[in-house]
Amino acid sequence: MKKKTKMKKGPADIAFVICNTIILAAFVVITLYPVLNTVALSFNDGIDAVRGGIHLIPRIFTTQNYRTVFNKNNIITGAYISVARTVIGTILALAANSLLAYVVSRKRFIFRSQLSLFWVITMYVNGGMIPTLILYRNLGLTNSFWVYVIPGMIGAFNMLVMRTYMEGLPDGLEESAQIDGAGPFTIFVRIISPLCKPVYATVALFVAVGQWNSWFDAMLYNRMSPEYTTLQYELMKLLSSVMQQGGSANPGTTGASTAVTPVTVRAAATVATMLPIICLYPFLQRYFVTGMTIGSVKE
Amino acid sequence: MKGKKIKISWKEIKRQKFLMLCTLCFVIYGIIFYYVPLGGWIMAFQNYKAKDGFFGSQFVGLDKFKFLFSDSTFIQVIRNTLAMGVLNLVSTFVMAIVFAILLNEVRNTMGKKLVQTISYLPHFLSWIIVTGILHDALSSTGIVNELLVNSGILKTPINFFAHKEYFWPIVAFANVWKETGWNAIVYLAAITSIDPSLYEAATIDGAGRWAKIKNITLPGIKPTIMILLIMNIGNVLNAGFEVQYLLGNGLVKSVSDTIDIYTLTWGVGQNDYSLGTAAGIFKSVVAIILIVAANAFAKKTGEETLF
Repeated sequence: MKKKTKMKKGPADIAFVICNTIILAAFVVITLYPVLNTVALSFNDGIDAVRGGIHLIPRIFTTQNYRTVFNKNNIITGAYISVARTVIGTILALAANSLLAYVVSRKRFIFRSQLSLFWVITMYVNGGMIPTLILYRNLGLTNSFWVYVIPGMIGAFNMLVMRTYMEGLPDGLEESAQIDGAGPFTIFVRIISPLCKPVYATVALFVAVGQWNSWFDAMLYNRMSPEYTTLQYELMKLLSSVMQQGGSANPGTTGASTAVTPVTVRAAATVATMLPIICLYPFLQRYFVTGMTIGSVKE
Repeated sequence: MKGKKIKISWKEIKRQKFLMLCTLCFVIYGIIFYYVPLGGWIMAFQNYKAKDGFFGSQFVGLDKFKFLFSDSTFIQVIRNTLAMGVLNLVSTFVMAIVFAILLNEVRNTMGKKLVQTISYLPHFLSWIIVTGILHDALSSTGIVNELLVNSGILKTPINFFAHKEYFWPIVAFANVWKETGWNAIVYLAAITSIDPSLYEAATIDGAGRWAKIKNITLPGIKPTIMILLIMNIGNVLNAGFEVQYLLGNGLVKSVSDTIDIYTLTWGVGQNDYSLGTAAGIFKSVVAIILIVAANAFAKKTGEETLF
């Protein structure tokens, strides 16, 4: 800003700045409005919401929607499972991807390029939905919690991001540790891993957000096991119940005596599901950005 | 260390036994979860029955593929997948580039940071949430209908999800809404790496903002655009599942169903594993052809390539 004030601004320049500001402001409004509108709906009386016209502030304030949501057993179960799969899935993925990245980033390792290629292929070719489903069924992974965390444990993309980072570390570190008598596993845990904290954080966040947000696996593999349902899958069921009714005035089956409708209950469940992410992402975004920029480095 | 070839010998293998052990575990894991399903492709050439297994099921050759291509629904889902894939690809690409360039022109650092942080938000939300709030915005009492009615464009609110002609644009908009800010990260990084002396020279020559964007910024990020385009062309067919599945309904089925939904309907819904697998194979093969073709095209035009 200071640098530019020295320059003379022509009328075209001023017009550009004004237009640009308007466009970006519109962008921000379009991004934020639907989210804030859902928050307003979630605090509004259900029957009243059917009339429409609720924008950013609830018209008849109530916390009934949230109470309805948190009284549903399936949503509570879903929340537990979602937290569990996010925590366990992230730990497993971090351990597996980092060890694999360590192995393929050892410059002296004789099979490093073959092992890399073996995993890169999986990025482009996969068996598809049905063969995968049959495999999981045969392995006994369907109708179990483990289907969320075991199959997706290693991801070639995450592994490549970590490998790129590890390859950028100086070789001397490993060599001097070897001279001191450290074995490869000690080097991985004690020398390499502490230096890789930024990239570990990036991958952990990618995996954690992916785990928290995924719903299709719950539907495809664990539909018959309500004890392994996830928050997102329960939310999806709420969404389809809203869509089938077309947002009409039918009070929800969840408690006809109180003024809740599928629309407002779903809004409350949506807010509860996105709250952890909205609270955390502004602080964690720099790690994501690091990952995006490392990830786009050409092989 | 570079360039020094390590010879494969028993001595070397013994020395690297920890790495070997890890490799063995990772290869076994990879074979089970990524390569074994490829073996399942054999189902597409069989009349697979779960009770008979892979070896007992009747071999039917290309019958399943013949059925697929004679099924008008399948032709329809190919069209839908391609149309929405291309529409999404083009609109998200253009919007991300435009957004990155406009944001880069903002001189106020605080404002820039704020807009960018807000722009990432939708990327972190699941498709369930995005389709849910999009559904609210487009519902008969939602903001879009309200604005259209109040401004006199519409007389009565319309149900956007009941009209076939709106489905593809809605899907494209959903993708743009969710990913524009996120996709712009790479372009913003590319813009920062452009030599600032180019801009200074242009300023001295009297170039305005538009001229600088057109002649310096855009050519500067062209290699990034090309490499991302190639990487994403292979994904054109992959982009067609979640939104369509979540927003589709009986009224718009003929324009909303994609190859993946077809696979789900037949493979899981009707338990016709063979047909579902055949549709999946078709998708994989087309994806590989697309990515190889895009790469060859880039090579020919002298652009940056993937391999």
